[in-house]
Amino acid sequence: MNWIQVGNLEDIPRQGSRVVKTATGEIALFRSVDDQVFALNNRCPHKGGPLSQGIVHGKRVTCPLHSWVIDLESGEAISPDIGCAHRLEVRVAHGELFLEAEAGVCKA
Amino acid sequence: MEQKKKRLVVVGNGMAGIRTIEELLKMSADEFNITVFGAEPQPNYNRILLSPVLSGEMPFQDTVLNDWSWYEENHITLHTGKTVTKIDRMRCTVETDDGIVVPYDRLLIATGSNPIMLPVPGIDLPGVIGYRSIADVEQMLAAAQPGKRAVVIGGGLLGLEAANGLSLRGMQVSVVHLCEWPMERQLDKVGGGLLKEALEKRGLKFYLSRQTDAILGETAVTGLRFKDGEEIAADLVVMSAGIRPNIALAKSAGIHCERGIMVSDTMQTYDPKIYSVGECVQHRGQTYGLVAPLFEQAKVAANHLAQYGRMRYEGSSVSTKLKVTGIDLFSAGDFNPVAGDDELLLQDAARGVYKKLVLRDNKLRGAVMYGDTVDGPWYFQMMRDGTDVSEMREHLLFGQMHLGDSGHGAKAGVMDMPDTAEICGCNGVCKGTIVNTIIDKKLFTLDEVRAHTKASASCGSCTGLVEAILANTVGGDYSAKPSKKPICGCTEYAHQDMHKTIRERSLKTIPEVMKALEWKTEDGCHVCRPALNYYLLAAWPGEYVDDSRSRFINERVHANIQKDGTYSVIPRIWGGVTSPAQLRAIAEIAERHEVPTVHITGGQRIGLYGITKENLPKMWAELVEAGFVSGHAYGKSLRTVKTCVGSEWCRFGTQDSTGLGIKVEQMTWGSWTPHKFKIAVSGCPRNCAEATIKDFGIVCVDSGYEIHVGGNGGVKVRVTDFLCKVSSEAEVLEYCGAFMQLYREDAHYLDRTAPWIERVGLPFVKRHIVDDAEGRAELYARFLKSQQYSQDDPWKERAEGKEAHEFTALATIV
Repeated sequence: MNWIQVGNLEDIPRQGSRVVKTATGEIALFRSVDDQVFALNNRCPHKGGPLSQGIVHGKRVTCPLHSWVIDLESGEAISPDIGCAHRLEVRVAHGELFLEAEAGVCKA
Repeated sequence: MEQKKKRLVVVGNGMAGIRTIEELLKMSADEFNITVFGAEPQPNYNRILLSPVLSGEMPFQDTVLNDWSWYEENHITLHTGKTVTKIDRMRCTVETDDGIVVPYDRLLIATGSNPIMLPVPGIDLPGVIGYRSIADVEQMLAAAQPGKRAVVIGGGLLGLEAANGLSLRGMQVSVVHLCEWPMERQLDKVGGGLLKEALEKRGLKFYLSRQTDAILGETAVTGLRFKDGEEIAADLVVMSAGIRPNIALAKSAGIHCERGIMVSDTMQTYDPKIYSVGECVQHRGQTYGLVAPLFEQAKVAANHLAQYGRMRYEGSSVSTKLKVTGIDLFSAGDFNPVAGDDELLLQDAARGVYKKLVLRDNKLRGAVMYGDTVDGPWYFQMMRDGTDVSEMREHLLFGQMHLGDSGHGAKAGVMDMPDTAEICGCNGVCKGTIVNTIIDKKLFTLDEVRAHTKASASCGSCTGLVEAILANTVGGDYSAKPSKKPICGCTEYAHQDMHKTIRERSLKTIPEVMKALEWKTEDGCHVCRPALNYYLLAAWPGEYVDDSRSRFINERVHANIQKDGTYSVIPRIWGGVTSPAQLRAIAEIAERHEVPTVHITGGQRIGLYGITKENLPKMWAELVEAGFVSGHAYGKSLRTVKTCVGSEWCRFGTQDSTGLGIKVEQMTWGSWTPHKFKIAVSGCPRNCAEATIKDFGIVCVDSGYEIHVGGNGGVKVRVTDFLCKVSSEAEVLEYCGAFMQLYREDAHYLDRTAPWIERVGLPFVKRHIVDDAEGRAELYARFLKSQQYSQDDPWKERAEGKEAHEFTALATIV
């Protein structure tokens, strides 16, 4: 797998998110309170809400449009809602963020 | 690894015991190896629903709450059909009738109750049955051949349900009761009489004020003899003369019992390793036979088993509803008035409606309702909350609908609605969907219904309807609403605890609050974090640093998110007064940014829609340049001050309503409140600014200014309450600031002023704002102090680069 550097850990606020734009759509990078980083499609499986704008809590994000809660580790909606925001690989090395290279937006 | 886990043994596989396990698993799934003993052969089923099974309205499978796989999935060892006969407290083991011995570290006794079998001759005859378990129901059904005669001894709730069920199965049913009217513990004489009539119409026969002397029969039951000598024939006798806590096992182990197993507020028996919940316990002198208190006990017991050691069970007040389809009956509290109590009565024989409310010190003490019970849960809630009802007293009997309440009325006849009736307008959820989901998924709480159906999960205005459906679907005597609801799943603390706790314990940040109050999650969730952020902001103005990560997106980026992810921008237009220069500036900015929609808002402003996030700071910079500040149209904060043109132009105007509106807006803008806050000033009682549906409304009159509070023009319109009249603009400003501050310091987060006032009562507001001049001045001073820190224009700050990361992409991959 190839990795593309997209910025630094400190660019994302704790309990926050930033967006990486790609040719096929946006990817949301999240930073949890304990500094783990996750990447998901920036589209809620419900009605396409921008997950990057949601409140990050634990390893979850709440969509700002209708409050679906999405698990950051799997991209899956928390039960009883069903849907997936498709997770991408992201790595943190020496404070730098790397996103998997074929980071096209997955089909939802 | 397995060895290290503590061992929890539960005696009793019923609703209370299993609910405790469920609560425990939620808190700490791995702490215990759990073993459950049940005397019945079935998994845990919903005992409340035995009556519908008996009447044939529901198959037994539908009452199963936890099927076999649930036990497996949660690694619970289940022994059904086994009776625990011995507890060895020295060795810490339990022993069953067939010799299984299991050691425990913690023991939970949830043995429930047994039907009381009257000590009369013939009680052991075949055909005499108690009514407590599915086995009893099966026996009854086996005996229930159409045309045969059944006698139910005991005209209480359960007895009448049994009688009704057997009658629906085609039997001729008689009810024998010791008292003058049925259900005397839940109903007064009039209500009991109405009930009796209704049941007689359905074919039940009543023998009231009768005592059973003997059950007759040689090899099987053939009849019944009363004390007065009269005999009646019977092929089946159902004993339903009450229940008695099942304490035999506990007693034999030397655990202190009176009527029930004695437990403390932590649900512990006198042996600290042994807990007990459910119908078998006696707590503060009370025993309970309804499900809601059992669930409250389960929660507390689980909390202590999981070693959180925080909650206390302080007893429950209970309400009852008879589950006989077509008969509406509700009772709660202390409905027999004593000296000094007031009694409110409504009796409409033609409609078959009877209501009685008992008041003491302006608070509801009890309620009996027959025929129209829609408002039962509402009365019950006020009873538990101790709401002062003096203000609504004249309308109280007519129910919540007649109060012009905000958002939770209109429950009338919810069960009569067709399945296709839309209950939740926000999420498009119909009644049928809610009912089916409750049944299919066996839901018990409002939160569960919200999670599975989304009904009432958005604006919440249909919460009352959804609760009514829930209560009616799961069985009437279940009341889902504890008077204190935790803020969310992260904590046991309720909104009403927060203002006080934060101030008293001097908690200054969200992590501090979560640590001190033992939050169950690391950093909360989208429900509790914004609430805590608000409470801290209100408690420590100027000191607390607003946590943008705990703000909903609209408040974080100071614009309203739209369905397509773009934003709206609404600049403040003071008092709704604008000028050609302002309009020109807005027009030019809108043109330059190719704004797709320009809309005149309901609050006398201009909204620009369809702005992308990256563009926001640029647009704000231009607006700031033209002299605008943020309109806070996105916030739980002061929105607008709507005005009419008043005495400056209007031939009816009595005061300068526009000028006053601008002064009020300049004082209050930027303030954060528990929910949005709207103000209006009308220049005369014609009220063109619609001040009487605002949170704070000013209606100018010739001699001064009328102040109105608690209005709402939203989902459910509520007209304001008149607070007082003042004579100068300075007083209007003081009352306005004081009222907002009282609301900020007292209301729960996300309470509009309308439901807040309905909860605390207008007299509370009057006491603080009108009667107490000193207190008012202090509130006003605190309001002005916190305003010092909240009137920096957020748009200007962001146009100048604050929080730039919110508005830019991290990277672009081509």
